[in-house]
Amino acid sequence: MYEHLETAENSENLKRVVVDPVSRVEGHGKVTLLLDENNKVKQARLHIVEFRGFERFIQGRPYWELPVLVQRLCGICPVSHHLAAAKAIDQLVGVDPENLTPSATKLRRLLHFGQVLQSHALHFFHLSSPDLLFGFESDIGKRNIIAVLNAYPDIGLQGVKLRKYGQEVIRMVSGKRIHGTGAIAGGMNKSLTKGECDTLLEDVDQMIRWAADSVALIKKVHCSSLPFYDEFATIRSNYLGLIQPGGALELYHGGIRAKNAQGETLLDHFDYCRYNEAIHEEVRSWSYMKFPYLLSVGKESGWYRVGPLARVNNCDFIDTPMAEAARLEFKAHSGEAMVHSTLAFHWARLIELLHCAESIKILLHDPDIIGHDLVTQGEKRFEGIGVIEAPRGTLFHHYQVDENDIVTKANLIVSTTSNNMAMNESVRQVAATYLSGRELTEPLLNNLEVAIRAYDPCLSCATHAVGKMPLQLELVDAEGRLVDKLVKHNDGTIDRHD
Amino acid sequence: MTKPVLLLACGNLSRGDDALGPLLLEYVEGHGDLSEIELLTDFQLQIEHALDLEDRKLVLFVDASVSCAGPFELTELEPAQDNSYTTHAMSPAAVMAVYRSIKKQPPPPCFLLGIKGESFELGEELSENAGKNLQQACRFALSLLSHTDVAVWRQQADSRHPLAGRGMLPRPQDLMDA
Repeated sequence: MYEHLETAENSENLKRVVVDPVSRVEGHGKVTLLLDENNKVKQARLHIVEFRGFERFIQGRPYWELPVLVQRLCGICPVSHHLAAAKAIDQLVGVDPENLTPSATKLRRLLHFGQVLQSHALHFFHLSSPDLLFGFESDIGKRNIIAVLNAYPDIGLQGVKLRKYGQEVIRMVSGKRIHGTGAIAGGMNKSLTKGECDTLLEDVDQMIRWAADSVALIKKVHCSSLPFYDEFATIRSNYLGLIQPGGALELYHGGIRAKNAQGETLLDHFDYCRYNEAIHEEVRSWSYMKFPYLLSVGKESGWYRVGPLARVNNCDFIDTPMAEAARLEFKAHSGEAMVHSTLAFHWARLIELLHCAESIKILLHDPDIIGHDLVTQGEKRFEGIGVIEAPRGTLFHHYQVDENDIVTKANLIVSTTSNNMAMNESVRQVAATYLSGRELTEPLLNNLEVAIRAYDPCLSCATHAVGKMPLQLELVDAEGRLVDKLVKHNDGTIDRHD
Repeated sequence: MTKPVLLLACGNLSRGDDALGPLLLEYVEGHGDLSEIELLTDFQLQIEHALDLEDRKLVLFVDASVSCAGPFELTELEPAQDNSYTTHAMSPAAVMAVYRSIKKQPPPPCFLLGIKGESFELGEELSENAGKNLQQACRFALSLLSHTDVAVWRQQADSRHPLAGRGMLPRPQDLMDA
């Protein structure tokens, strides 16, 4: 592994390169590289200045506000926070997941499939396809969705419409594209009408076809440069995620399964309400974000990956036929028990996209979706834990309330935190393998961003004021003097500041 | 039936001045004639918003801005290939370019109402300055939206236009001193 590049000796004598912010990921990421006089990388770190204030934002609020309130943590995965919070507050009103009515459970699952579908569509078609279709070091002017639309109009349009469809599912179930209020303590506040189901069914077969096409496309892209795709940013890690009781891929509810790099099971069907017996979070002085690890394996090698790659690696099968066929091809291509290629995140993500489209169709034909038995009640409790597989991976919401129903303690572990160590390792692998000793250029630095983007990190920053987000590349000498600086503005123009 | 005018506000109500867009939308919802205006809000602009531009006569994007010169600013937009390397938002111009790419025709006339903001942390309230800017922007937006003539909007977007301030609408600079 590349942990030797986490902290350099004699760092005061090294040149510093900063990529800030990392682009086409959610929120703020910053990469710093320290180079010696021969441009050899001696230290590489991904810093994520985010998630501070989540718990403070939640504490002191009445619990019933949480499903709506937590959606404001993130503009990209509000539904995942909404549902994780809902699962936690179910417990606060004395309702366990298995006690929800069938209609409520299926409506939540439908809502979540819509969320994952639209999120995965955005990531692949908008954020990653420019790199994958044009090349990691291609002209900066081509690496965007509009260039994709121009060069590959069918693919670009499918991306737009897949995302729109996922959001229509969300809107129908929760009432709004964002800030929906579908899930409430103990269930759901509305079901779908037959008319709404029929409307969504009109387009679902087209969505399934496009999702299947996207899987074929990513397989073709990946396998056309197989050695490179299997090596780039690749690390060997543990994997963690939820799993169905029968071992099928699961996005909404299940026990925790963790496997090591050899595919050996470390945890299986582990009750997520006991997550803090299995997962600890380490703090490191140079990053605001924690570093979770599996307690049974230890700090050094207990870190793990979550998200599509982990889920597709960990499951025994997928319970929709086209996605399962795709999974079998995916697993077979590597010849190992686990697929470790970081770029294979894209492939796994699109297998999940296909699974979501197939699952949406199944649920829309289920009579429980239009049922009206939506809410279960129970005895009040003072602690609730909700865990869900968000698009980017396992998401934990843990709350404690007092006698007045006010949240006194909140703990969130978001998927990007779980992937923190892995993203750092991937950045170091790319820096050591592809950048070390070369003169740094923007296209070369994009390789670092490609590695990070594979994880689809959500740094959960929905703030986006006009003109606020330039990309800066800084080269600083050993005395801290700015040697070179590139600023890439929102409109794509690049200025060099001497 | 698609309404001819779309007001598309961007921002997160729980991130300080990022709430400016949605708060203006709420004001218009409470005070405006919505018979010809559709209101839509989202955290940020993304590719699918191009489809929301379909069959519109006029589109007004509203967003917090850290770069506008005054309390608020109205600008007419042109489609532009956006090379921004952030997903915090596609720019409105980039959304227009997506529309042009997928529809093979020019988008409807689109304008951006930027409202000056300064602080965007999670859990923060609207800053005092942003609150003042919002008040002025709300009054301006309400006046603007009472007209569905693109020529009137263009006058306002370029207050140096010779017809600006001739009684049809308050000029932006007049509102700033109110």
